[in-house]
Amino acid sequence: MPTSKLSRNINWFKFAAPQRFYPLAGKLLPWFAVAGMLLAAYGLYLGLWVAPTDATQGDAYRIIYVHVPTAWMSMVIYVAMALWAGAGLVFNSRLSSMMACALAPTGALMTFLALWTGALWGKPTWGTWWVWDARLTSELVLLFLYIGFMSLHASIDDVRRADRAAGLLALIGVVNVPIIYFSVQWWNTLHQGASITIQGASMATPMLTGMLVMALAFWAYCIALALMRVRVIILDRERHTAWARAEMGVT
Amino acid sequence: MWNSFGDFLAMGGYGLYVWGSLGVCALVCIFEPISLNLKRRALLAEVREQGAADTGQSGS
Repeated sequence: MPTSKLSRNINWFKFAAPQRFYPLAGKLLPWFAVAGMLLAAYGLYLGLWVAPTDATQGDAYRIIYVHVPTAWMSMVIYVAMALWAGAGLVFNSRLSSMMACALAPTGALMTFLALWTGALWGKPTWGTWWVWDARLTSELVLLFLYIGFMSLHASIDDVRRADRAAGLLALIGVVNVPIIYFSVQWWNTLHQGASITIQGASMATPMLTGMLVMALAFWAYCIALALMRVRVIILDRERHTAWARAEMGVT
Repeated sequence: MWNSFGDFLAMGGYGLYVWGSLGVCALVCIFEPISLNLKRRALLAEVREQGAADTGQSGS
């Protein structure tokens, strides 16, 4: 056993201990919260004041400032959740599984918001709140995957067994993410194609900047909420340890 | 670019859709942290109660 190498590498895993990660998350949390609020204020200023009315869609297009960021986050969070769940399964690390659990409700809310704002955008531009086409249906499946993950986890009493079962579901469900992303290319759909591709963006500059700033705002918000929730999960699961009891003011 | 506040609210006739989108997003982003804070408080109260019961103290 190359113990010297192991002990050198062990520092990398220092924050894999819930006890160590709890205060770190508490320190990072306000930075992401403040960044999220400032970015949202700036993004909304750009999107609602600076960016002009769209030539074809009128002002209905302004839904883009929340629709695209929430839709991106719904997919990004799912992939992050599946990665943490996978790490939890492979390394049997408790904090990884807690991170997966902390991401799920925020991911589900982002998916709901993407669907909600999409419906409110669809009505004035397509004439319908909803169609069963590839993009919309696969995004709805994503919402069910989040709900499935949370209900499966909640239905198993032994929390480590719940981590493994729900983690497996999260990993299987990850195939849905590329389906959502590429659905507008693979199938005929009412939904428009990607606004931003490797070739460039199909939008005017102030609109694009506003949307990207709003995307950063939602990134910061989601990270802050995940950190906030993982702290509650850590305290809940570590409630029998001395450090957590001290943290909660119980002796 | 908006001539009046009413103009801004009307969003060129799409006010219901635009504000319905932004409003629900704002509500979610306000209530998610609030509900999480309530959950945290409930957890602390539960553990303190149990802790007091476990050690036979009257929660002092």
